Amino acid sequence: MSGTWITTRAWLLMLPLLIVMIAVIGWPLLDTVRLSFTDAKLVGTEGTFVGLDNYAKVLGGSNFQRALVTTTWFAVASVTAEMVIGVLAALLLNQQFRGRTALRALMILPWALPTVVNATLWRLIYNPEYGALNAALTQIGLIDSYRSWLGEPSSALTALIVADCWKNFPLVALIALAALQAVPRDITAASLVDGAGPFNRFRYVIMPYLAGPLLVALVLRTIEAFKVFDLVWVMTRGGPANSTRTLSILVYQEAFSFQRAGSGASLALIVTLLVTVLAVAYAALVRKAAGAT
Amino acid sequence: MERQSPLFTAFIYASALLLAAVILAPVLWLFIMSISSAADLSAKPLNWWPDEIDLSRYGLLLSTLENSAGAAFVASLLNSLKVAGMATLAAIAVAIPSAWAVSRTPSVSWSLYAVIATYMLPPVALAVPLYMGLATLGLLNSVFGLALVYLTILAPFTTWLLKSGFDAIPKEIESAAMIDGARLDQILRIITLPLAAPVMATSALFAFLLAWDEFFYALLFTSDLRAKTLTVAIADLAGGRVSDYGLIATAGVLAALPPVLIGLIMQKALISGLTSGGVKG
Repeated sequence: MSGTWITTRAWLLMLPLLIVMIAVIGWPLLDTVRLSFTDAKLVGTEGTFVGLDNYAKVLGGSNFQRALVTTTWFAVASVTAEMVIGVLAALLLNQQFRGRTALRALMILPWALPTVVNATLWRLIYNPEYGALNAALTQIGLIDSYRSWLGEPSSALTALIVADCWKNFPLVALIALAALQAVPRDITAASLVDGAGPFNRFRYVIMPYLAGPLLVALVLRTIEAFKVFDLVWVMTRGGPANSTRTLSILVYQEAFSFQRAGSGASLALIVTLLVTVLAVAYAALVRKAAGAT
Repeated sequence: MERQSPLFTAFIYASALLLAAVILAPVLWLFIMSISSAADLSAKPLNWWPDEIDLSRYGLLLSTLENSAGAAFVASLLNSLKVAGMATLAAIAVAIPSAWAVSRTPSVSWSLYAVIATYMLPPVALAVPLYMGLATLGLLNSVFGLALVYLTILAPFTTWLLKSGFDAIPKEIESAAMIDGARLDQILRIITLPLAAPVMATSALFAFLLAWDEFFYALLFTSDLRAKTLTVAIADLAGGRVSDYGLIATAGVLAALPPVLIGLIMQKALISGLTSGGVKG
């Protein structure tokens, strides 16, 4: 069979997927670009061409800047915590002890819990009147009176970060554990004979095996955290006083609550651009790390 | 193996206990809330274990009496099943031929990266035109419309999973059959697809879980019992004026049950999927 026929056949086989992708991704994305240059409303008016007005308004407005800071802080804090706790948990699970298999199976639990259920669960735990966190902290004596964890701008974002971290650190742990189990036994044994301490062993013997998979986990988690919507929507809807309003929540409000499809679209594209920059930067990092080891 | 000092062993067990507690405590509490009476849940100091186990909420939510809280819950449960089921079947159907083509034809493999790249798109970038499009087609608040939209997530995902599955099946088996004069559709039907059955099943389950968990599009594109999914129903409960927190917890337990069971059963596939994805980079 000739090469061109094989290539043509491949494209023919991919046709159904391509049609679907163009219909549900390609066309909407292009239409978002078109809308972003108009003053279209979500329902009714088609809108007229307004050039870069939407972008100027969005980028110059304090709402966008504040949401960008909130989102960045959410992503950096939750992903950093997930990485650190995840690796520590993996190091633990890589030790020999009774119940290790059961504990590893347990790590599936937060991962499998739907995000909306996770958000609901933590919302109940943080409840200002009857929540378990208030009850536990009062009974231990750490706080005197019940607090409204999600109702105060000073604590709401941190409360969200904890909830996100609880759901996602086990995934990092499982990825790191799989990488740890790929470290050859004789290398760790040899480093012991050579008298390497625990820290040096981690830094020079184990880390090279962990770096690649962890970097991938870091990329995916950061992008996910940057897009966060479900958790915030269910727990705080962006409040109190907009202290947890992330970029996705802001787009939702602009395009759907206020029905300003045009400026909502421009905001959505700015978010898309930011995520793309993140993804590309990380891809370069991953390739570099893969080349180094 | 190195000999461990008793102190180190004690440290390991203490850490393991702590990790188990951190993971289990929130989930257990969700379950305990679902079986505690409203009085126990609003007691101060809080009753950490109910005086009497109260299973009535499970009956309430799963009852199909008209206009009860249960009818709404069961309707959303069925909607979730329908949407996730349809979207998964459609995604697998379009993913099989394309994943096979990409796996066997190096000259078009770049297209797979384009497909995967769309997976990183934030849903907000597509939401407005999708909303307008569904409105034009009369597919807002419809399980069919929502299933169609879910293809934005499921189609790239399943293609990617299936492609690595086909990669693991040696090309030589197919070439041998081709020399014997078998047509392509025969080769796929008789040889490749049966060999790929396990990976197809895994992909379908993961896709189903993704659709089951989805919230953003469901929130935007559904508005009542005809199409509202479970995640939206739970968010409504959590954000609404329901005064019985146990009822919210029960809905959460029921919604979490299928994915948790699937997750535990598929532990092995999940972990090997994580590793291969992670190591390949």
